Amino acid sequence: MFGLDKKDAKLLLIVAALVLFAPFLLNPFPTDSAMAQFNAGYPDLMQRFVIFGIFAIGFNILFGLTGYLSFGHAAFLGVGSYSAVWMFKLLSMNVVPAIILSVIVSGLFAVVIGYVSLRRSGIYFSILTLAFAQMSFALAYSVLTPITGGETGLQLALDDPRILGVAQTEGGNIPVPGIFGLEMRSTAELAIGPWEFVFNVGYYFSGILMLAAFYLAIRIFRSPFGMMLRAVKSNQQRMSYTGLNPKPYTLAAFVISGMYAGLAGGLMAAMDPLAGAERMFWTASGEVVLMTILGGVGTLIGPVLGAGAIKYMENIISKINSEILHGWFAFMPDGLEDLIVALIYPFIGKGWHLTLGIIFMLVVIFLPGGLVEGGQKIARLFGRKKAADDETPGKSTEPAE
Amino acid sequence: MEAIILQILNGLDKGSAYALIALGLTLIFGTLGVVNFAHGALFMIGAFCAVTLSRILTWSHTVIDETRTDFLGNPLKVEVPYVHDIFGVATGDAIIDWAVPLAILFSIPVMLFVGWAMERGLIKHFYKRPHADQILVTFGLAIVMQEIIKYYYGANPIPTPAPSAFTGSFDFGAMLGMAENQIIYPYWRLVYFAFATVIIGAVFAFLQFTTFGMVVRAGMADRETVGLLGINIDKRFTIMFGLAAAVAGLAGVMYAPINSPNYHMGMDFLVLSFVVVVVGGMGSLPGAVLAGFLLGILESFASMSIVIDLIPGINQIIIYLVAIIILLTRPRGLMGRKGVMED
Repeated sequence: MFGLDKKDAKLLLIVAALVLFAPFLLNPFPTDSAMAQFNAGYPDLMQRFVIFGIFAIGFNILFGLTGYLSFGHAAFLGVGSYSAVWMFKLLSMNVVPAIILSVIVSGLFAVVIGYVSLRRSGIYFSILTLAFAQMSFALAYSVLTPITGGETGLQLALDDPRILGVAQTEGGNIPVPGIFGLEMRSTAELAIGPWEFVFNVGYYFSGILMLAAFYLAIRIFRSPFGMMLRAVKSNQQRMSYTGLNPKPYTLAAFVISGMYAGLAGGLMAAMDPLAGAERMFWTASGEVVLMTILGGVGTLIGPVLGAGAIKYMENIISKINSEILHGWFAFMPDGLEDLIVALIYPFIGKGWHLTLGIIFMLVVIFLPGGLVEGGQKIARLFGRKKAADDETPGKSTEPAE
Repeated sequence: MEAIILQILNGLDKGSAYALIALGLTLIFGTLGVVNFAHGALFMIGAFCAVTLSRILTWSHTVIDETRTDFLGNPLKVEVPYVHDIFGVATGDAIIDWAVPLAILFSIPVMLFVGWAMERGLIKHFYKRPHADQILVTFGLAIVMQEIIKYYYGANPIPTPAPSAFTGSFDFGAMLGMAENQIIYPYWRLVYFAFATVIIGAVFAFLQFTTFGMVVRAGMADRETVGLLGINIDKRFTIMFGLAAAVAGLAGVMYAPINSPNYHMGMDFLVLSFVVVVVGGMGSLPGAVLAGFLLGILESFASMSIVIDLIPGINQIIIYLVAIIILLTRPRGLMGRKGVMED
């Protein structure tokens, strides 16, 4: 199906089903129960899951296939956001031209940076990309203020031209981004008993784009081009000896992953029409590295899982405070309760970065293949018989078609 | 003329910090072949050694002073540091005042231990893994270290003043026979520069003139042969890792009065230090020092108003720009050795 073999088609269908039913899957707890804070099914977070999924899928095409570790990928995300917001300011609030422009501009940006950076490899490549990203950040913050809005960021204003759309709504407000009249922020709510599910236009729009991006990534992974990229990773010298020039392939991979980042940046602006320089800061580049490694570098589904895991931690674990902890362990004797809360407390709430750092280190040390490898190991642990049984629940997701 | 001297001086203190961190990074890279992204975190831990010591020294208990009263007429409660009880008021105050220089003594064992623990506990297992894995695991370690510091010390910068003897500024212009108050320079930055020079000199002397240093240099050149000669080179390299950590820590201790320590200061310096190392040439100790001072001074020149008027924004990007140019034109950096980290 779609030119994919059976296994990949199954994977794509599973991801499609997950994206489609995410509002249900991420809201497993009734709204008024104590576990409701673990519900991740609100539009803002779901949008972030898929947008950062796109970002990580793109990063994985570069790092996973060619082994070039870019520490400056957030620059493309930032450029994408800026171009999208400019499109909102100048043309109209329709997200389609905005996203097309953000992909094109970040692609061009990636051509320039990639052409220069890819003259070196290894740590030098990492430093070069880092240097370019930090330069973009510093310039966006200071000199390029007329284009980027500087410290306050680029925002929409009432007196923007918006030649194809309206400068302001009838109520005198700034119009909101939408796709042919359908606003990105509009949501439908569905209450089933104590559960409440939210369906958001922006989420589904991003989700469909993520599926397209994921499909494209599968095609790249399985194509002769993807084979060449793997050859770049395993042995460049041998590749040149066979008469192939690795440069164009690596540059193409760099540009493609830059365009993925631009798409993610454009979508971020489409969900919330403002763009700031901090999106280009090197910690943002570090974040996508964390996502890809955590999920499983070089695997198809890994980056998406990693992005989901990190964004979930950022938004859910960081909300837990000591009172909630005390509530959980209230059944214990007082002294033990305090001890356990004191032990756990540094790792939750504001300390979620610590948990992330530790998990990340453990993954790099023990599971170089990330969560995907972990999953495979566990699956292998349960032996062949279980693996055969796994086929049946796999089929149950097929009706998603 | 004055402006040029002033900018060179301004560049020296930042350059000293870059040079010290880059020196440690290069030591680790040259000996163990590990790209250590947690080196900035070691710098930060050094700065927090100073904070910790000054907190220990000002650790106090409450005493009711009968001779004075607060605004309600009750006897005033006074916080008395324990050092006052031990050494008397005058000596105690002096000790508190000199907390930062004293922290040098405090930080050396701490940093040696941290470095040793890092190498034995983590880095050891990564010698055979690719550089990308080393970068990633040390990056994770850096996040963990700075989050631990954040948990105990909070997210805000903690002012850590220099001894009051060094608070003033030094009038260089007057000394050189030029107009007064043209070239003024805080004493502490001068101290920092002198301190950095001493440390760098000490590290070089240690490597150049001691048997231990000779073995380490031999190991840097050809680890395998030194091992075949029956020398336990791994043990020496572990000690070098501790030493590199101590150099970064000392750089941090002395930097605390210049810039109030906060938990992410290490990361801020790390990015620049890597640029410095790469510009100087991977694995070259003199290159790291030279590039550190060079980039520090270039940065301060670029922030002159004449230069900014000419090329707007240059002060923000000069270091990266220089790094890109050098990396593309001199692939080995300024003083890189042949065969080290070449692709």
